[in-house]
Amino acid sequence: MNLAMGAYGFYVWTAVAVFLIVLLIDTLAPLARRRRNLRELRARIARQENRRRPGTPSSHESHP
Amino acid sequence: MANWVPLWLHRLGSPPVFYRFAGAVRPWALGLALALGAVALYAGLFVAPADYQQGDAYRIIFIHVPSAWMSLFIYGAMTLAAFVGLVWRIKIAEVVAMESAPIGAAFTFITLATGSLWGKPMWGTWWTWDARLTSELVLLFIYLGIVGLYHSFEDRRQGARAACFLVLVGAVNVPIVHFSVNWWNTLHQGSTVRLVGPSHIEASMLWPLLTMMAATKLYYIASLFARVRADLIASEGGKAWVRELLTREEGAA
Repeated sequence: MNLAMGAYGFYVWTAVAVFLIVLLIDTLAPLARRRRNLRELRARIARQENRRRPGTPSSHESHP
Repeated sequence: MANWVPLWLHRLGSPPVFYRFAGAVRPWALGLALALGAVALYAGLFVAPADYQQGDAYRIIFIHVPSAWMSLFIYGAMTLAAFVGLVWRIKIAEVVAMESAPIGAAFTFITLATGSLWGKPMWGTWWTWDARLTSELVLLFIYLGIVGLYHSFEDRRQGARAACFLVLVGAVNVPIVHFSVNWWNTLHQGSTVRLVGPSHIEASMLWPLLTMMAATKLYYIASLFARVRADLIASEGGKAWVRELLTREEGAA
């Protein structure tokens, strides 16, 4: 296999690396964002549930 | 047109339907993109013969050219979605437009970086203020401007509307990028592969290029769908269908 790419190995393999790394980040970022959005939404719903139920003190109202 | 086509499109305009559709299509599109991309990269790097003038440095075009095509194709798709979103106030269209911008920016960045890596050994410079290079750089800034404008509003819907308008304004740059090599005397070469008429490229070099083009198109679909799904969780967070989704995911976890 022609891994040396003539005298142009540095340029060719850096180009391939840029392509793969940028697209890898582009693939992983939205998956992490979806999980984070789900987690934040879950926390928001939990806070609303707390507020709706009188008598169950939420963390903010627990001081005497 | 068959009656079920507009009906299907209409149904797809509903966020929960689109969310499920995108979730079902995404893994197939990504899998196929990876398979085709691997074949194209292998063929481009090892199977296709070296260029008689540029030697092996020309192999960068198997990444550079499909990425450059995508940088313009995604802008076209984004413009269409932004137009539909602004005129018919279809939320999914707005979200598709907004979530296309970061992918377009990624491909534009790859185009500029790989072009630079080809330019250094071939032209003797990393960069020159040539019409094609400059207009492609402007394209990157427009993409980044769209992403920035979308996220600078407290209200997501308002941000999407403003940024969709910017998409339509920025579309003027797309023909400038495309025709820059004909309109001006550029250092960048003219197009080799043509939609109409014969391409000035050998078949052994053409097929890896076209395979990579198909792979990047499929990749765009996969990335777009993942982004739209993430966006919908946040922007539709108050809706019943997302709440249902949440309880279902909790049951699965």
